[in-house]
Amino acid sequence: MFFIQILIVAFAVLVISRIVLSFKNGKIAIKGMLMWLGLWIALLIVVLSPQITGFLAKILGVWRGTDAVVYLSIVLIFYLIFRIFVKLEKIDSDLTTIARKIALRGENNHEIK
Amino acid sequence: MKIAAVMPAFNEEKVIGQVLLKLKSHVDQIIVVDDGSRDRTSQIAKDHGAIVYRHPINRGLGGALGTGIKAALLNGADVIITVDADGQHDPEEISAMIKPILDGQADVAIGSRFLIKQSMPLFRRTGIPFFNLVAFILFGIRSTDSLSGMRAFSKKAAQSLKIRASGMEASLEILKESRALGLKMKEVPIKAIYTEYSTSKGLKFLPGLKFLIKVFASKLIN
Repeated sequence: MFFIQILIVAFAVLVISRIVLSFKNGKIAIKGMLMWLGLWIALLIVVLSPQITGFLAKILGVWRGTDAVVYLSIVLIFYLIFRIFVKLEKIDSDLTTIARKIALRGENNHEIK
Repeated sequence: MKIAAVMPAFNEEKVIGQVLLKLKSHVDQIIVVDDGSRDRTSQIAKDHGAIVYRHPINRGLGGALGTGIKAALLNGADVIITVDADGQHDPEEISAMIKPILDGQADVAIGSRFLIKQSMPLFRRTGIPFFNLVAFILFGIRSTDSLSGMRAFSKKAAQSLKIRASGMEASLEILKESRALGLKMKEVPIKAIYTEYSTSKGLKFLPGLKFLIKVFASKLIN
């Protein structure tokens, strides 16, 4: 086992424990937990048996396994950013709805007497 | 016919009083949406006879316009005209703005600063046509002044328009929605009064860039 593998495995185990802990404390929902667990377990598998990536590379039609992993990671990261963006937009619009309701009810007008 | 002016305002205590004074005689009612100002904007607007609605937190132009238009409808407006709080718009032009609406020629009138020759800070002169081009490429909107703050709406238009964007993107959204809803649109030439104050308040480079990114992203989502 290479040093880099030990390092990544140790880090992944730490992250996985944090994910489970966050779920137990009710900070993330079960869907979120499963998604993140899946991601980090997949990472563990790839780190522990890198030859799998060679198979992946063949399917994707690229030369090296590491290339395949990098490409897939970038796609995944972009997807996650997009998801976060959509979620933020939703929260932004919800905030506006709440601010509008409060404004139209005139509840906070006492501040300006 | 009840003509209501809707004025979004964020930290405008320095000028809003004067702007309201000049505006008063041109409309039946003024609705100021204080978009979470930390200064005396609300108080001054009230003192000048405006009906004030106050957002507890800052939501941006689209959020404030949406609240203002809804409030105007609740107050029984027949025609709604949006006016900037920084004094950029000349209230004398309101009658020209609402004329196409009163005559039934249009449901939405947009005041354009580019239909008559006038001096304008360089950044606006080049920036706004750039955004017009972006609006055309992304949404197929043909407008000579896609970011104009002076707009007039018939009651029908105000009732059917839904503004979802919270920031400046709302300007483009209004044009896009109006077209999608099949509302009749008309551009009306307006002057723009550029004082040092109104220039400092308007579109700048970095917020402009942020705005551009948001517009592109919203194109991606919707």
